[in-house]
Amino acid sequence: MGILEVKDVGKRFGGLQALGDVNLSVQENTVHAIIGPNGAGKSTLLNCFVGKLIPDTGSVMFDGQSVLGRTPYEINQMGISRVFQTPEIFGDLDVMENMMIPCFAKRDGSFRLHAFERVNDEKELVEQAEQMLIDVNMIDKRHMNASSMSRGDKRRLEMAMCLVQEPKLLLLDEPTAGMARADTNNTIDLLKEIKEKRDITMAIIEHDMHVVFSLAERITVLAQGTPLVEDTPENIKGHPKVREAYLGEAH
Amino acid sequence: MLGLNNKDFRFLLIVIALTMATPILLQPFPEGSVMAQFNAGYPDLMQRFAIFGIFAIGFNILFGLTGYLSFGHAAFLGAGSYSAVWMFKLLSMNVIPGIILAIIVSGLFALLIGYISLRRSGIYFSILTLAFAQMSFNLAYSVLTPITNGETGLQVTLNDPRILGQQVAANGNVPPTNLFGLEMGSSFKLPVGAWEFTFNAGYYFCAVIAILAFYLSLRIFRSPFGLMLRAIKTNQTRLNYTGLNSRPYTLAAFVISGMYAGLAGALLASMDPLAGAERMQWTASGEVVLMTILGGVGTMMGPVLGAGFIKYFENIFSKINENVLHQWFSWLPDGLENIVIWVAEHFVGSGWHLTSGLLFMLVVIFLPGGLVEGGQRIAAMFKRKKADDDSDDAGHHPKQSPHVAE
Repeated sequence: MGILEVKDVGKRFGGLQALGDVNLSVQENTVHAIIGPNGAGKSTLLNCFVGKLIPDTGSVMFDGQSVLGRTPYEINQMGISRVFQTPEIFGDLDVMENMMIPCFAKRDGSFRLHAFERVNDEKELVEQAEQMLIDVNMIDKRHMNASSMSRGDKRRLEMAMCLVQEPKLLLLDEPTAGMARADTNNTIDLLKEIKEKRDITMAIIEHDMHVVFSLAERITVLAQGTPLVEDTPENIKGHPKVREAYLGEAH
Repeated sequence: MLGLNNKDFRFLLIVIALTMATPILLQPFPEGSVMAQFNAGYPDLMQRFAIFGIFAIGFNILFGLTGYLSFGHAAFLGAGSYSAVWMFKLLSMNVIPGIILAIIVSGLFALLIGYISLRRSGIYFSILTLAFAQMSFNLAYSVLTPITNGETGLQVTLNDPRILGQQVAANGNVPPTNLFGLEMGSSFKLPVGAWEFTFNAGYYFCAVIAILAFYLSLRIFRSPFGLMLRAIKTNQTRLNYTGLNSRPYTLAAFVISGMYAGLAGALLASMDPLAGAERMQWTASGEVVLMTILGGVGTMMGPVLGAGFIKYFENIFSKINENVLHQWFSWLPDGLENIVIWVAEHFVGSGWHLTSGLLFMLVVIFLPGGLVEGGQRIAAMFKRKKADDDSDDAGHHPKQSPHVAE
């Protein structure tokens, strides 16, 4: 049993069958990539995991519980954190404040009226947040306004915010989309570092093959809403069906 | 100290000092001088500064932190006033029960309105709150006449039961509002040379509560709860995907700011024991929005400054009439004098709204951060000058993120 079990998931938008009979299993402590050409349904699938979309058919089980019908914050509290295609951070707050919010969410749950405590009195959480910032090499930026940072740093911060929650599953939605080659390589290095330092399960949606083959231990290829193959990177590389899907020989 | 860091504690001390010295600070011109009409140190106006300061501080907790713009906060102000007057009628003229009931009633009222309105955000939230406030106004004005006394307004009368207090004062009138015997209307006048300072019990009562309200809001701003509210304003998507449910946070902020409004309403009634439906009208809701924006949204001092600014101009400008203008411009040649006065009179007296509108436009266009930003810019100018003198290049250090309250 994988930590994330996707069974016969289907989703239709009007006349478009975005997903059809998707079966997928993400094993604990692996990096699982979901790849596919544009319009293959990768993002739709991811949105079904986090509570943004509810599939028409099938089931999505995380850690033995169904995530369907739950809201994004409930799913996060179950242990799934998500990194967005364009970094979603709290732009008006400084880096440290950005880090404190997931720390509070992890400790206090989805709501707590802590109106008479002080943020800086939470020594334990402050320490956690600072340690995480050290891990991602951002500790010297902790008083910077988040919106004034470079895109690469925003991505770094967003990952740190997700990681500080110690998620059971980290979802990454095209973490290198729109990045220059150097930034992409930095992101790959960061993810590799994270992977080395802690046991973590990651599911990456990506269409940059370079990223996928440098990180993934398991790859699912999605085309026109259905999985073509699921295999190790080595086997995927030479797979004729994959070449077909990517080079468009099907048409 | 008091759960504040040193900087905030100093800030609080300054606020306390300014508030306590208000009767002196607002009376800079000697009695009888031409400028005396610009003095603001009389009880009625100072009470309004404190009360509307409280109203704006509370409004800022919602609007400044979460960014949810409520256009219906006057409904809570009105509810607070009505509750307080009912306590004056039923229990006694002591202001404490009235204030407590007002806070409870407006809190419950805010819970109801907030629960429904917060299902939407942005402009739809604003419209929903506006609709609720207008509904409350109309209810108070006509439908709920047995409770609100309709268009006449709710007043204390000699026939009220007042089971815990005096029904009729010794002089045959309705007893005055008081705090365990200390009459709200009582004043102590201190003549110093040509000046006369008025220390009014009602003002100091409001001022102490305003300081408590300010302290409470300072604590909320610095708390994890305040951090979450600011996070809601910045990026609700990230907040939801970080495992936090934004709805109860916004609702809590809405209820807290509603209670502040109820408290302000109760204080209005405590200073002058009557409550009318016009207190719930949309213009009153709009006024607190103006105060907050004028002073500086999301800053600690801004709303208080904005409230003071608007109330000052409302009182002072509306007092100036044609006769005063004639006095001012008598040195001009006759024809010119009439022209100048004809122009000027549109901006004073009942036309003061024109002036306040212009001022508001100027502030919003040139100082989007409100009066607080104006103050910061002036302070920065002085700092830069000083820094240049010391040939210290403080300006080259990396920019630190701005803090909520300056």
